[in-house]
Amino acid sequence: MILLIDLCCRDGSLSRDEFVAPVERLLCRIGVPFATRHYTAVGAPDLEAADAAILCGTTLMDTGFIEHSFRWLTTFERPVLGISSGMRALAAAFGGGTGPCCEIGMVNVRVLAPDPLFAGREVFSAYTVHEDAVQVPGEFLPLAASDRCVQAIRHRSLPLYGLLFHPEVRNEWIVERFVGLTGRQSP
Amino acid sequence: MKLGVLFSGGKDSLFACWKAMQKEEVVCLITVVSRNPESYMFHTPNIRLAALQAEAAGLPLVEVETAGEEETELLDLERALLAARERYGIEGVVTGAILSVYQATRVQRICRELGLWCFNPLWLADQEAYMEELIDAGFTVVIQGVFSSPFDDSWLGREIDRSTLDELRAIARKYQVTLTGEGGEFETFVTDAPFFAQRIAIEETSKVYRNHNGVLRIERARLVAK
Repeated sequence: MILLIDLCCRDGSLSRDEFVAPVERLLCRIGVPFATRHYTAVGAPDLEAADAAILCGTTLMDTGFIEHSFRWLTTFERPVLGISSGMRALAAAFGGGTGPCCEIGMVNVRVLAPDPLFAGREVFSAYTVHEDAVQVPGEFLPLAASDRCVQAIRHRSLPLYGLLFHPEVRNEWIVERFVGLTGRQSP
Repeated sequence: MKLGVLFSGGKDSLFACWKAMQKEEVVCLITVVSRNPESYMFHTPNIRLAALQAEAAGLPLVEVETAGEEETELLDLERALLAARERYGIEGVVTGAILSVYQATRVQRICRELGLWCFNPLWLADQEAYMEELIDAGFTVVIQGVFSSPFDDSWLGREIDRSTLDELRAIARKYQVTLTGEGGEFETFVTDAPFFAQRIAIEETSKVYRNHNGVLRIERARLVAK
């Protein structure tokens, strides 16, 4: 079961249909069970039951999640995919900061390091909506970048991924591959 | 949060409006009227009837004219959002974008410049589920423009009810046409919505049609009790 985490300003927000529902529909199409929780409502039983977690994005002005502690990510050890704001939450849990780098629209993403998530792809076009880029925490590697900033990171030893762009827009294959990794991690 | 809805008179913007009303406070509709029929972002034949739709919804309308050239119409959109903020104190903007990265990106950029929240509640919506929900919720949607094969002039003025939706499904399967018309294959005009206090009665129309391109011009329409 995948734990899908809504990072929007509140549970049941107007942004939910834009940032969470498309990922839910994608997981339905892939055929993997999931449970959605708002980030303020994620409890120990949710984390225990999860084979993996996906942290969804938020609208540009919606940054309330930054005040929240996502320290559980440092001990979760199962696959994580942080999308845009979700990447920011993941990096912050490991002490990574941010710097201004606004991208809105399609950007070219170049793959920098070999990884099963991007295997066979060198460059692809991706949809971005972000105000800041993430500074790569020490325990992470940059996996892909645009001309302006790092677009994907992975923990050096754990299957923890952060993507600055939105894979649910025109790059569903990345979410499919992530779910595939999850399958391999399951007992 | 006080929101303004970017409004073309078609189903997507009014459905997005209805979604927004369930979560936040919609304080106005915002429309950019193009003088250029080939307008990149705001093309719609009966946009002048936006005022009648706004009245039916009981919402004020912020209307800004554009010459409809690709770059200046973004400045006009910015002008419209600024006017909506000045007059009605909007803190955010709602659009009916479904798949168009082009449309979504442009609005996102202007919202960022103005410090406005941006909401796209139909973003990547499942087309089947959306069209079903639209009909179930009580929207009355009329086809007011057709811009691709195989639509002929008999489609102009047709209401999208269950049987029309079945026909659209068959067409979407056979041709390169989206069920929602998101690819610009057809355009719609909403005459009734669940939040309309009155509905619009279309009393006189004329059709202009040539080579799979046609519009229904609504010459006369008025509000009637529901």
